[in-house]
Amino acid sequence: MTEVLRHDVVIVGGGAAGLRAAIAAVEADPGISVALVSKVYPMRSHTVSAEGGAAAVARDDDSFEMHGYDTVKGSDFLGDQDVIQYFVEQAPPELTRLEHWGCPWSRNADGTVATRAFGGMTTKRTWYAADKVGFHMLHTLFQHSMRFDRIVRYDEQFVTKLLVEDGAVRGVAALDIRQGEVRAILGRAVILATGGAGKCFPFTTNGNIKTGDGMALAYREGVALKDMEFVQYHPTGLPGTGILITEATRGEGGRLFNARGERFLETKPEYGVGSKLELGPRDMISRAIFQEIRAGNGIQGTFGEYVHLDLTHLGRELLEKRLPFVLELARTYAGVDPVTQPIPIRPVVHYMMGGVDTDIDGATELAGLYAVGECAAHSMNGANRLGSNSLTECLVFGARAGRHAVGHAKDSGDGSEDPLRRQVEEEAARIDGLRGRAKGSEKLTQVRDEMTQAMESGCGVYREQASMRSATETLAQLRRRCADVALEDRSRVFNTEIVAALELVNMIDVAETVAVAALQRRESRGAHACSEFPGRNDREFLHHSLVYYEPAGPRFDKKDVALGRWEPEERKY
Amino acid sequence: MSDVQKKTFVVTRFDPDRDQVPKTQSYEVPVEPDWKVLDALNFIKDHIDPTLSHRWSCRMAVCGSCGMLVNGEPKLTCKVALSSYGDTVEVAPLPNFPVIRDLVVELDGFMEKFEHVKPWIIRAKERAVEDGPMRQSPEELEEFKHFSMCINCMLCYAACPVVANEPEFLGPAAIALGHRYSLDSRDEGAGERNRIFRGEGTVFACSYANECSEVCPKNVDPAAAVNQAKLKAVIDWAAGLVLPRRAEE
Ligand SMILES: Cc1cc2nc3c(=O)[nH]c(=O)nc-3n(C[C@H](O)[C@H](O)[C@H](O)COP(=O)(O)OP(=O)(O)OC[C@H]3O[C@@H](n4cnc5c(N)ncnc54)[C@H](O)[C@@H]3O)c2cc1C
Ligand code: FES
Repeated sequence: MTEVLRHDVVIVGGGAAGLRAAIAAVEADPGISVALVSKVYPMRSHTVSAEGGAAAVARDDDSFEMHGYDTVKGSDFLGDQDVIQYFVEQAPPELTRLEHWGCPWSRNADGTVATRAFGGMTTKRTWYAADKVGFHMLHTLFQHSMRFDRIVRYDEQFVTKLLVEDGAVRGVAALDIRQGEVRAILGRAVILATGGAGKCFPFTTNGNIKTGDGMALAYREGVALKDMEFVQYHPTGLPGTGILITEATRGEGGRLFNARGERFLETKPEYGVGSKLELGPRDMISRAIFQEIRAGNGIQGTFGEYVHLDLTHLGRELLEKRLPFVLELARTYAGVDPVTQPIPIRPVVHYMMGGVDTDIDGATELAGLYAVGECAAHSMNGANRLGSNSLTECLVFGARAGRHAVGHAKDSGDGSEDPLRRQVEEEAARIDGLRGRAKGSEKLTQVRDEMTQAMESGCGVYREQASMRSATETLAQLRRRCADVALEDRSRVFNTEIVAALELVNMIDVAETVAVAALQRRESRGAHACSEFPGRNDREFLHHSLVYYEPAGPRFDKKDVALGRWEPEERKY
Repeated sequence: MSDVQKKTFVVTRFDPDRDQVPKTQSYEVPVEPDWKVLDALNFIKDHIDPTLSHRWSCRMAVCGSCGMLVNGEPKLTCKVALSSYGDTVEVAPLPNFPVIRDLVVELDGFMEKFEHVKPWIIRAKERAVEDGPMRQSPEELEEFKHFSMCINCMLCYAACPVVANEPEFLGPAAIALGHRYSLDSRDEGAGERNRIFRGEGTVFACSYANECSEVCPKNVDPAAAVNQAKLKAVIDWAAGLVLPRRAEE
């Protein structure tokens, strides 16, 4: 008999966004019961890897107007301005809450919170805790969440399906990774906080768990994925592993050099970063590095060509104090000591600007379903996210969605359990059928590799019509081939092969929306640089893209951008 | 191809669905010079035996998922280089935890210990958001900062001789975490935590073997935290004898 668990609000994801939503929900109404479902223990969530910082106006020389404008401009005018306005206003109180909850923010001599420079930000507004900001924020949130008995954790439970009945979401089906059972976790509101999808690409800063699950779950229930073509390449990843070297290195004064020892952002004004140099926005710097490598100015290494990030002039003391994790990472994973040697780096897939289409409350078009954090697109990042905005985004919109989900849950009835139970039984049977499905002619790793290769060649830093088209075709084929993957592990206990197979289907769905949306956008804007259409074209493309799931193949649509405060203008730095 | 070298991995396997006791299985893996132990396990999983179960995610030594016993020592497998081992590498699950399967151990017991130390800021009166961030000098931050670096990788529990004998022992990471909050200038919960630390199976159970600090991949030095916590718990208790009400506040 299928086990059915009941809560008021079900949150899928225990990263910064999910934890903040959970805390906001129980604070909004102490009577509410929240299920926090996560496929890994919350402290393993990939928020943990964020290094550089979280943005919020803190200094006298700063203002909401400036943070808002920087964000809008960074988004290449595709961010919704009402959402951005709310974001910049709520950012300081949210980071202050974290301070009250114990986050060990780095400090100025007078005991106030220290801030550092970040790319595309006009002044120092990035709060930091050395260079382990995501780690400290996540652990602070997780530890603080333990105060609340009404947050009930379901650790190592993999959500495989949203339960939808009568046009509203009513809960989730979750595979208990440790036992192999599929259960129903019911709630009158469900918040997706499942993070990004960097693993759709071969070379990424993202951890193994970032497989776009929540995006795929919503997509398959008819909710649109928005602005998926915008994939952020971070300029500075370690060749080979893709491990991130934070932008804070450049915030603290790090410089980029090519093989000729030329500081190319300075010597070549055509890269468009103006006087910001290394503190230009990520899309522009990634393209500049890419072009340097194309022009033969890269340095040859085991994992292809790269350029140098030089921190040696900053001195050991500063590096040890502000960037200790960078020292550890470079020494352990690149074999170089940044105190005396430049770090080899190249652009690497980092962040999804797109995600589940939501409004400013995090609400989707499916009644009761919310999405927050990297899996969502409230449209504050538009075509290019500014570094250090997303950790804050997780808090600001996590909190708002948490409160709204409580409101929704209180206004809705439980409905009948029987149809939901039936859905979960079907889901359990489906998953049982997958377990150890020896027949099948495809190999999981082969299909996965072909998917990531298709994404790299079709949806990389520079994109061409022909390669994007061939990526969409490859992905459609891979989706079919995925149904024929042979699985060998028959055990019910901690079967990670079955989890990987379910994740692969999710990634292919998400990857397909990226390629489809990219092909439609015949212009270059933010992170989407299209070789045949190098300019931005506001007349035809100042709109969000939406991709809907249809059994026959993805359907494309668009949506207006909320403007009004800052007029679109040429994006020059 | 870069110089392909082969190493033999002797991996502990256990599937409660079919095994009575753990067994070992050997795999020959072509390894790259820059690989970590985790890379080899992922190679086995992807190309040799998809039934192998192990946990990992960040592969950058910060999520704490990938702790295992490598040639008899607790290690973060994404951080230790394969080049530091010979031709044969033994990989087993962390000791002092029940095994769920293969290299995956049960953490629920630890999560309870973790919650037990009240790892959050305790204040008599919570500060309003409108009042802004609290002040904390860089020196006050230094007091607890390194104890806040724990990634919960469990290597210290695997190394601890006391945990081996008394599974109920609160253990290094949990004590260090509680102590971290007590040392935080923003916190007023030291009294409560000292009471917890005076309970059975906590700080005084520690034999100060120092193994925990030696295996810690993040230099948290939990042994120092346990020692300091002991002292604080005693002083607090002694002060309570003189001023009985304070300790109970
Ligand atoms: C290396 C790196 C450095 C970064 N640095 C910065 C920075 O300095 N500043 C900044 O602002 N941003 C930074 N970012 C971006 C930022 O960290 C992320 O966007 C943000 O942390 C995402 O948080 P999240 O809560 O949305 O998702 P995550 O933290 O990824 O959490 C997702 C959660 O969902 C759960 N989950 C997923 N799928 C399922 C499923 N099917 N079933 C159950 N649970 C599921 C996971 O278990 C996890 O708990 C960085 C990103 C990376 C990769
Ligand atoms: S995989 Fe995250 S610590 Fe090793």
